[in-house]
Amino acid sequence: MNLSQGVELVSLLVLTVILISSAMGVVLIPSIVYSAFLLGLVFLSISGMYLLLNADFVAAAQVLIYVGAVNVLILFAIMLVNRRKAYREVKLGALRRIVAILVCVALFGLLVLTNLNTIWLLTPKVESLPSTIVALGQHFFSDYLLPFELASILLLVALIGAIILARREFIPDRKEENLELLERPKEQLVSVGEE
Amino acid sequence: MQVSLDAFLVTATALFCIGIYGLITSRNAVRVLMSIELMLNAVNLNFLAFSNYLDSANIRGQVFAVFVITVAAAEAAVGLAIVLSIYRSRDTVDMEEFNLLRW
Repeated sequence: MNLSQGVELVSLLVLTVILISSAMGVVLIPSIVYSAFLLGLVFLSISGMYLLLNADFVAAAQVLIYVGAVNVLILFAIMLVNRRKAYREVKLGALRRIVAILVCVALFGLLVLTNLNTIWLLTPKVESLPSTIVALGQHFFSDYLLPFELASILLLVALIGAIILARREFIPDRKEENLELLERPKEQLVSVGEE
Repeated sequence: MQVSLDAFLVTATALFCIGIYGLITSRNAVRVLMSIELMLNAVNLNFLAFSNYLDSANIRGQVFAVFVITVAAAEAAVGLAIVLSIYRSRDTVDMEEFNLLRW
């Protein structure tokens, strides 16, 4: 994309603020339905960042797969398992939380320090890449053909595995009651016609 | 001032650490899966940043990002099916109650 640098900087700033605040919301908000919707916002802002990084196909795939499929799947799972019941208190809950915050902040500091101290091997940008879709297709069907085919097998395995895991073991049979309900109006009609 | 690689990397690091925090502390199993999605997205952001700044001639990072998205979709489907199955047998999604194999 050919944006001017000011536009690029401002949109990166806005996207980062949305991304980090909604990601904090996903983790911290008590109501899980709200955090599932905020997760959709996280996915959308990340796809905006992909557009800033000249990855238009991956941005579209991000919107289609994450917002369209994964987020909807998570919302369905919340609807199926969400029961408003207070969780049992655990021992040392506050201490665990503080330790987790310390570990995460320390990991963040460590990674950022490593990042800032590393000299990356930056290459000048190639301006005349025709389209990322053409380049990606060439990669998929030449040097990344085996992972591409394995991904299809993985998706098939995940499909079958999810069906088998989520299937109900037994189905409660209420067929007889249903049959009685179906036949009842018919008798009434016959009796009305004879009178 | 130009947008640099470091900005994307620091953002991805923050997202990854928020994901780890959610993974450790949340009690709801569905929220744990959501935190895993956050971490996978952070890794994807790293892949695309490196692909843009270090390897913009042949964009291999984007190929990896597409594979990561595929695996993440499969993981979400299987993970939510497991959560559903656990909910049927234990009647809760509290992570602290899943201690059948602990000791």
